[in-house]
Amino acid sequence: MEKLIEKYYRPRLPHIWCPGCGNGIVTSSIIKAIDKLGLDQDKTVIVSGIGCSSRASGYLNFDTVHSLHGRALPVATGIKLADPELNVIVITGDGDGTAIGGNHFIHTARRNINLTVILFNNNIYGMTGGQYSPLTPTDSKATTAPYGTLERAFDIAELAKAAGATYVARGTAFHANMLVDVIAKGISHDGFSLIEAVTQCPIYFGRQNKKGDASTMLKTQRDHAVTVEAAKKLSPEQLEGKFKIGVLHQSEAPEYTKQYQGIIDRAQKGAK
Amino acid sequence: MAKVLLLQGNQACAEGAIAAGVTFFAGYPITPSTEIAEIMAKRLPEVGGKFIQMEDEIAGIGAIVGASLTGKKVLTATSGPGFSLKQEFIGYATIAEVPIVIANVQRVGPSTGQPTAPAQGDMMQARWGTHGDHPVIALTPASVPECFTLTIKAYELSEKYRMPVLLMLDEIIGHMREKIEIPDYDTIEKPVRKGPRVGPSEFKAYEPDSDGVPPMADFGTGYRYHVTGLVHDETGFPNGSAAATEKLLKRLHDKVERDIDKITMYEEYKLDDAEIAIVTYGGTARSAYAAIDMAREEGIKVGMFRLISVWPFPEKEIAQLAEKVKVIVVPELNYGQMVGEVKKAAEGKVPVKPMSKYDSEPISPKELLAFVKNL
Ligand SMILES: Cc1ncc(C[n+]2csc(CCOP(=O)(O)OP(=O)(O)O)c2C)c(N)n1
Repeated sequence: MEKLIEKYYRPRLPHIWCPGCGNGIVTSSIIKAIDKLGLDQDKTVIVSGIGCSSRASGYLNFDTVHSLHGRALPVATGIKLADPELNVIVITGDGDGTAIGGNHFIHTARRNINLTVILFNNNIYGMTGGQYSPLTPTDSKATTAPYGTLERAFDIAELAKAAGATYVARGTAFHANMLVDVIAKGISHDGFSLIEAVTQCPIYFGRQNKKGDASTMLKTQRDHAVTVEAAKKLSPEQLEGKFKIGVLHQSEAPEYTKQYQGIIDRAQKGAK
Repeated sequence: MAKVLLLQGNQACAEGAIAAGVTFFAGYPITPSTEIAEIMAKRLPEVGGKFIQMEDEIAGIGAIVGASLTGKKVLTATSGPGFSLKQEFIGYATIAEVPIVIANVQRVGPSTGQPTAPAQGDMMQARWGTHGDHPVIALTPASVPECFTLTIKAYELSEKYRMPVLLMLDEIIGHMREKIEIPDYDTIEKPVRKGPRVGPSEFKAYEPDSDGVPPMADFGTGYRYHVTGLVHDETGFPNGSAAATEKLLKRLHDKVERDIDKITMYEEYKLDDAEIAIVTYGGTARSAYAAIDMAREEGIKVGMFRLISVWPFPEKEIAQLAEKVKVIVVPELNYGQMVGEVKKAAEGKVPVKPMSKYDSEPISPKELLAFVKNL
């Protein structure tokens, strides 16, 4: 681990995350996946939006962009299309990726451009102190929902799949090894990959919703997550209140930047 | 080989971008700028470049910011409503010092306004549209050939100062057709970005040279640096101290201000003996040339100071003009925008008369002549 820290983390302590936050676990899972695949560090770019989770880009030793709230995907699209040689990994939060950035999310998935998106889902706006997000469960407390939230949450994996993502997976901070595995598979996949990483926010989500401390919240992840394989053997009743983890969807479709090379070839033939 | 063509301003802008070495365009269609996107969609792949139509204008500018970080010259084009959407990223490219060029072909606003009619109502938005204090470079072409040359100039400035440059066309100029002589693109000097002179271990991503501009490394070349819209120090990492904040904001302004004489561009037309000066820009300047020629035939001593760089505003030059003439007239297609700057620079030394037109039609030479005669 010490070697991983020296190699992949910038010496920039202290970080901004609260005690008990799951973001560190998710970030280290990304690093372990990158290391496992042996990606060229000089050819790997990390792009994030704005939020607690999006601060991860600044701690990692690559070319990194901390962009605007909700706008990591357009920036990442520009980088990847301009230089398809680069591995482009996107770090986003549930608000960043599915509220203000929701439109970019569906369109980037639809294009099937080869980006790997790790969406840190803490069910809340952490950075701004606990307002509800599109992934906050109905009837939760938030600073902007003192009487409970009315809205239904997105199932972000289903949304990504419907929008055209060709790799969709879910993991949790508790199942950290599995998270490394599904992230690595996503990076290797040639197309748009979404990995939802369920992570705990004991301070701004947990406290308001009486979810207990960080270790209790991690245990909740353990108790509610069912692997895709195990879920196959369970009835709908048994799956009530549970969520699936593992690779949820994988399909093949032409990748955007490769397709674009075809456009260039055609245009250059026509021009001659 | 040089060619003589009949082109629209929008076409000349797109060709100017290709001539400057642009290889990436991302945008969203909007009248009256759409031709720029359409031409880039066809032309870029021919030269090995990339075009992408994004889901909205925010994504368009976001994508060119990303592409610029990989070392490409980039363009997006839009009009009023889309220009409003791009403002947050204009601020980002300013503080993170990412060279980008944005063409805004102005139409009548606010809101959807009059999509196909000309206006010059975004001049103050160009200056102050993104929040916070920031320097701005904005250029206004007044002819089709100038759309071509100023687009190339925009890249020179944007690469040199590492900041967004705005090309403020108006619908008149964007859609007007004129003869233009286009040189062989190989003979055009391509603006270059200043790269790092030290290796990655010594590189500080935001440490400026004596010109106030930090050398910029392309992503993917081993420099591994951080780009953020937060206030940062020379390392590029966030630094929230008062000292770092003041230092960065001051440097961003200073890098432009110290070169103000090099950046400022204007044209003087029959001003030498003028008693009346018309200060204007873009499409409206075309009527001014004609109005001045007509007035001169009647013995009225009138000339024009044409703004080419509207921002930074040529304050010093307008102050000198105010010492020379008896009255300044500022015709523009808005409720009165640049006239305020002219007044500020003239400091009450001479009367400054707005001639605002905001009914969606251009100011005709005759109207302008009548205005001058009635002074
Ligand atoms: C345009 C814009 N609107 C609002 C904000 C304020 N803001 C910053 S982060 C954030 C929400 C972050 O929540 P999420 O994306 O879920 O990330 P987390 O902090 O929970 O990791 C908001 C609303 C902003 N920075 N920019």
